[in-house]
Amino acid sequence: MTRLARSTLVQPEATRLRLDLSGPVLALFAALLVILVVLPIAWIAIFAFSTKDGGVTIANFVAIFGDAEFQEPLVTTLVIAISVGLICCLVAAPMGWLVARSDMPGRRLVRTLVTASFVTPPFLGAIAWELLAAPNSGLLNQAWRAISGAAPDHHLFNIYSLGGVIFVISCYTFPYVFVLVANALDRIPGELEDASSMLGARSWQTARSITIPMTLPAILAGVLVAFLQAMNLFGSPAILAIPAGFHTMTTKIWSLFQFPPKPELAAAAALPLLVLTIVLLRAQSAILGQRSYAVLGGKYGAPRPVRLGAWRWPALAICLGLMLLPVFLPYGALFNAAFSKVPSKLITWSTLSLHNVHFTFFELSQTWGVMRNTFLLAVLSGTVGTLLALVIAYLVARRAVRGHRWLGFLATAPIAIPGIVLGVGLFLAYTRSWLSVAGVDIPPMILYGTLWILLIAYLTIELPASYQQLGSAIQAVHPELEEASRILGATRLRALREITAPLLLSGVVATWCFIFVAVVRELSAAVILFTSDTKVLSVLIFDLKESGDLGAIAVLGLMMLAITTAVVWLANLIPGAEARRQASQM
Amino acid sequence: MRNNIRRPSRRTVLTGAAAVAAGTAAGWPRVSIAQSPPAQEITPALIEAAKKEGKVNYYTSVEIKVAERIAKLFEAKYPGIAVKVERSGAERNYQRIGQEYASKIYNCDTLNSSDAAHFIVWKRDGLLEPVVPVDVAQHYAPEFKDADGTYATWRVMLSAIAYNKTLVKPEDVPKGFRDLLDPKWSGKMVKAHPSYSGTIMTATHQTARDLGWEYFEKLALQKIMQVQSAADPPKKIALGERALMVDGGDYVVSIEIEKGAPLELVYPVEGTPLITGPSAVMKRAPNPNAAKLFYLWSFTQEAQQAMVDVGALRSAHALVKDRPGRTALKDIKLMRENAAEVEKQADDIKKRYTHYFKV
Repeated sequence: MTRLARSTLVQPEATRLRLDLSGPVLALFAALLVILVVLPIAWIAIFAFSTKDGGVTIANFVAIFGDAEFQEPLVTTLVIAISVGLICCLVAAPMGWLVARSDMPGRRLVRTLVTASFVTPPFLGAIAWELLAAPNSGLLNQAWRAISGAAPDHHLFNIYSLGGVIFVISCYTFPYVFVLVANALDRIPGELEDASSMLGARSWQTARSITIPMTLPAILAGVLVAFLQAMNLFGSPAILAIPAGFHTMTTKIWSLFQFPPKPELAAAAALPLLVLTIVLLRAQSAILGQRSYAVLGGKYGAPRPVRLGAWRWPALAICLGLMLLPVFLPYGALFNAAFSKVPSKLITWSTLSLHNVHFTFFELSQTWGVMRNTFLLAVLSGTVGTLLALVIAYLVARRAVRGHRWLGFLATAPIAIPGIVLGVGLFLAYTRSWLSVAGVDIPPMILYGTLWILLIAYLTIELPASYQQLGSAIQAVHPELEEASRILGATRLRALREITAPLLLSGVVATWCFIFVAVVRELSAAVILFTSDTKVLSVLIFDLKESGDLGAIAVLGLMMLAITTAVVWLANLIPGAEARRQASQM
Repeated sequence: MRNNIRRPSRRTVLTGAAAVAAGTAAGWPRVSIAQSPPAQEITPALIEAAKKEGKVNYYTSVEIKVAERIAKLFEAKYPGIAVKVERSGAERNYQRIGQEYASKIYNCDTLNSSDAAHFIVWKRDGLLEPVVPVDVAQHYAPEFKDADGTYATWRVMLSAIAYNKTLVKPEDVPKGFRDLLDPKWSGKMVKAHPSYSGTIMTATHQTARDLGWEYFEKLALQKIMQVQSAADPPKKIALGERALMVDGGDYVVSIEIEKGAPLELVYPVEGTPLITGPSAVMKRAPNPNAAKLFYLWSFTQEAQQAMVDVGALRSAHALVKDRPGRTALKDIKLMRENAAEVEKQADDIKKRYTHYFKV
């Protein structure tokens, strides 16, 4: 388009006076990303190849991979991650389809319940499942013995086992797959399926040629996320695997930071996880690279629900039955523990007691400070994190800068870093006093002991998921809408503000809620970075767990759920957010 | 060396001791002080200064409900001074303080640990402020206080065996540690961890010394449920999750019994590990007066008696009466505590333990 043509098409002052700020904005966000992601990873890399006195060595890797104490956790971790990835896919993909594309009753209810399992911190779920399925005191095992008359030391379930760990992690990881699949299905234009059936395809043919290929990227992405979540999770294995006498990589890495700390070994143990994740991400983009998912250009038809007929109610029953596992049973057990004197006994009217509530709110001196820190950090991280992810996702999706692939890679990279290792990377980055690089002294930037270091940790940890969420939301908005606006002379920022932003509002609110919830439940980085003045709720619960104070944990856990539910509900009241509101979009 | 604490203040170590020492010896860290500072009483001026600070950060490893109850007693006695209890395992707190001090974060006012070896390190590194409560000077035997007045034994406890009476038949009750190696206990025992708990670190040292590491090597084959805090095994057997605890704080067992749990303590025939839990005031305390007030108060007969009555701990204070009906320490065969040895062997103990128990 010629300059003449442009200036005659649009208001002249717009092109003459307005500077396109995109260049500086891009530079700023690229720099931010480098600080957030590269700095801690660099420290980990440096430590992995360092001796205690700073020399270069590969001895740390030799020590890690030559030692059965490390090989076993590595194998265990892979078994857990693969199992969780498969289980989540098998459970969540059909469920996502039922909710998004069928006429199953109670679809909204199922989405809400999946949200409830998502906002449940995995470590809290693990504690609740201890209450349910510890071999002797577990409520389910007690019930089974009462019904079957089995001997006192017989049990049906043993949550302190490899199977138990896989089960509990799956319970709180499948929502990732569910959400990705359900959202992808929501976005498939009904016209495509209509066209297919008009051309004479049967339902199954339509599914095979339209629905499944369109959903495949989301399923693959979901399995990948589930795999990586399971690999990097710390809380659940710390709670369930250690009592059973085995480690995963994360708990092993964590144990290396106990006194006397061995950060070099921990860093060396973390690098393979990083490499593995990069390989998987590359594989994913190799598989999906040729496809285009821009499905929201102009108008599109609403998805047409598939009629289940007689299967409507059984399908709902199966969904609700499955939701017993991550939601109903665990929260039932937590309620029981919160209001009884002995958590392993079912409450009755005569044993109902408020003493745990009283202890938590009036005796435990840390409760209120911890609540304040948690809330503040969750709100700040949600706001800053959403903004950051939005801009990066936009730049990458629209290929707005050279090297956008690197931006995308950097934004996805933290998923490969176990939270606990990121915690240490940040700890190393922000606690050192004077640092000398090539003879130049760099002044210290001590953030340890402040809430800032936790904010940085949360922003970094939540970046991959929020980037992917907003990325897929942006990819679904066809660039032609923005291109039209830019052809009409709007700057990139104006096009963003007036075209893309309104279309993305529900996605933005969902991402904000996602980060808020994720911060409240984050444990593994916080457990390294907290000091007594900057303690957060998850760390307090973990502390109480280590001394076995189940009643107080139950009260704090239920309160955590109440806060996150209230905040997510409030956020969804924002006008516009409900336009394409899906509680499950989270 | 167990210490990762940077030592910026070697030169300022050991000031404020005897007035004589202050002028002459300042500047060199290894000067030992001939005598502890004069005993201190709680004065109105100290109370006033503490109230101006308004709060005190108390790091401890004592069971959380006991710690908070002691804190509430102090707050009731001195209104306007809030006690913030930082409870974690003694080994965790040790790591935490090292980490905080290395980053020049001085948050801890006064602390209590169940691993007496920590005080050897902290004192050597000049982290502790010498303060001698008048009660300690008058009513504590020498083995319960530092000669230089930097710390004193705030609590005494045992790491005993205990069992759930509904899950263990009277004829099966073990008499000692070696009985626990019987295959019939496989999968039925719970045990705390020496990398978390100072009580267990100290107890593991004593048990390994007196019974040999082979005992732990065999014990590790018994499908032990491994928990962290010494406060947890009593709670796990109270829940009925396991029948028997190998180690753990005896005071928590007593508290559970009072709450109605069907538990019973066993003092092993080989001897019961004895653990002293000293307290101290930090030199870099952010609330120095409140820290000192809390410390002085916590050694009074009144506070020590409350610790025994409320927390079922034992006191080294000569005037404090033990709980009625409890077996006196002199009637229990005890293993000997040796903090200096624990200090030297701690890393090795953790390494061996992890080797046998896998976690």
